[in-house]
Amino acid sequence: MSVTELRPRTPAETALVQLAEAAGTDEDARRAAIEALRREGLPHRRVEAWHYTDLRGLMGRRLGGDHLIEAVAAREFPQTETVLAPLVPGSTVVDLDAPERASAPDGVTIAATDALADWHESPNHLDRPVDTVRLVNAAFGARAATIAVADRAEVAAPIELRSGIGLQSHAAVKVDVGNGAKAVFIERVEGGGSPAPSSLVSHLAIGDGAEVLWVVDQAKDLDAAHLGQLNVSVGANATFKLFVLNAGGGLVRQEVHAVTAGEGSEIIMRGVNLLQKDQHVDVTTTLRHTHPNTTATETFRNVLMGGHGVFQGMIKVAREAQKTDAKMACNTLLLSEDGDFSAKPELEIFADDVQCGHGATAGEINGEHLFYLMSRGIPAPQAKALLVKAFVDEMVEELEIDEALGEALTAKIDAWLDASH
Amino acid sequence: MLEIKNLHARVTEEGTEILKGVDLTVKDGEVAAIMGPNGSGKSTLSYILAGRDDYEVTEGDILYNGESILEMDPAERAASGVFLAFQYPLEIPGVATMTFLKTAMNAQRKARGEAELMTPDFMRRVKAAAAELKIDAQMLKRPLNVGFSGGEKKRAEILQMALLEPKLCVMDETDSGLDIDALKIVADGVNALRSAERSFLVITHYQRLLDYIVPDTVHVLYKGRIIKSGTKDLALQLENEGYGQIIGEAA
Ligand SMILES: Nc1ncnc2c1ncn2[C@@H]1O[C@H](COP(=O)(O)OP(=O)(O)O)[C@@H](O)[C@H]1O
Ligand SMILES: [Mg+2]
Repeated sequence: MSVTELRPRTPAETALVQLAEAAGTDEDARRAAIEALRREGLPHRRVEAWHYTDLRGLMGRRLGGDHLIEAVAAREFPQTETVLAPLVPGSTVVDLDAPERASAPDGVTIAATDALADWHESPNHLDRPVDTVRLVNAAFGARAATIAVADRAEVAAPIELRSGIGLQSHAAVKVDVGNGAKAVFIERVEGGGSPAPSSLVSHLAIGDGAEVLWVVDQAKDLDAAHLGQLNVSVGANATFKLFVLNAGGGLVRQEVHAVTAGEGSEIIMRGVNLLQKDQHVDVTTTLRHTHPNTTATETFRNVLMGGHGVFQGMIKVAREAQKTDAKMACNTLLLSEDGDFSAKPELEIFADDVQCGHGATAGEINGEHLFYLMSRGIPAPQAKALLVKAFVDEMVEELEIDEALGEALTAKIDAWLDASH
Repeated sequence: MLEIKNLHARVTEEGTEILKGVDLTVKDGEVAAIMGPNGSGKSTLSYILAGRDDYEVTEGDILYNGESILEMDPAERAASGVFLAFQYPLEIPGVATMTFLKTAMNAQRKARGEAELMTPDFMRRVKAAAAELKIDAQMLKRPLNVGFSGGEKKRAEILQMALLEPKLCVMDETDSGLDIDALKIVADGVNALRSAERSFLVITHYQRLLDYIVPDTVHVLYKGRIIKSGTKDLALQLENEGYGQIIGEAA
């Protein structure tokens, strides 16, 4: 008989397990995940991958006391008809809780499966052996929807992925984009009055020569917790563009784990984190270059009116991944003394002929820029707003995406900036 | 228009005194040239006129149309008609040139209680002014000054000046970085703006610009003071003899 020493669980951990138990059907796979969650608990600051986001402590603050009760009660919230319009008009909306109801466009197959996320191993070597985001996702019984895009299919309208918006919601999706195909996916993570935690685990496999744009549009309520994870493999000569917008959420961990799956693949990741009040928003990315001649650029820009921001970016270049060209940057604009941001870039390079770099900056609005604008008669608040907007809008511009989507993202950013100034 | 009285100013952060008692009067409609070797304080004077807070006025005053502007911030000064064409115009990534121009024009109009410009009217004005200065429309589609050549930046400054219709135009070495053709275009642009109600402070350390923008008065700034004033002949004298002679006389 093996004896596992059980650390006393925090109220938040107990609450999370209770919530998971109440969340759905009793079946072996889910039971195993719940048991593992009970056994492993939540990661804390001594787990390197969670050093800046002590999930155990932070979840306690989010789920403690009344929040816990509210969260449990959230399951009984009436299922209000979601009237949310798609981010881009004309998108194909896929409800990840009922994917079979979506009307798939030409070249696309959408189905429901019974599969839960595989949490036994983490894609981040600095994490615990079990993967926390997937574990929570599986414990809550999120079954992966599958979406397949046929080889060479060009899907014109974006595919917007949603799960029980506003309710305690845990969803998973597995997307296969065939060789030479083109598609745009939008993860829509919205709030809706419930503080219950949510999670979304996505797996995206991009075929050779395909082009995929993936948008994470996260705007949870300021008292809600969300755990997101996107796993991507990028085929030979394929292009993967990612845009992450975090414009909400009380406690957010958004992970992106990308790996090259062939020579000549190109990864372009841009993101904007907008923080205020006492939000805690963490973006953790790993980029693994495992093939020769691949490129990656990754830039996150953060605007803080308050809150705590975290960016952890890891670039790993394998011995055989010669001629890798990878650049990473994280720039933070601190507009209030109440906000702080921790940036932790890491490079692990085993190939000798590569170009890799990273940089992190944090500061206030550039005084010379402000003076220049003001010297033309633009009053200080307006000039500052213009500069802040420029700082983050550039992320959208650099992606060179479809105009309607670009404008929709910029409009979301602007709405946040206008509301918080 | 402008009266600078015994102006002393230092760098706010480290306290080095740069202007050490500048006295200068510019009348309505006057074009005054300020010349002087590098490091004399010409740019500092222009920044202080525009209200940059890296400099601190410790003594003296700046009167603009009879009233002190020291307490006004740069935007207020601009709205009241002060314009500075920068020696080194800044590149501002992410801010579209057209958005910037429209925001600036409308902010000034608003401050003066005038109605906002509607887009067609705005576009018409920009197109006309850009054509005068031979500025390519493509250039205006870029972010503000980003990727502009040195000469393009200088012309863009004059474009802004033409659109904002200031009353006091301070031009800091607008000639540097311009080839002779561009210099003529810019000078024509400036001359077109000359009027009885508009004054210019033209900072340069070459006489060349003054062949095209002929000044009413010329002042030599050296080590933070005006050491000599005169007519446009003073500029010619400087061209022939260099600054040495005049500096020697003043010492
Ligand atoms: N912000 C500053 N900090 C420190 N020194 C300065 C600053 N601005 C100007 N100076 C100094 O003041 C002097 C005058 O500079 P400037 O006004 O640029 O001269 P000019 O335009 O006549 O060449 C120089 O010695 C310069 O180094
Ligand atoms: Mg100068």
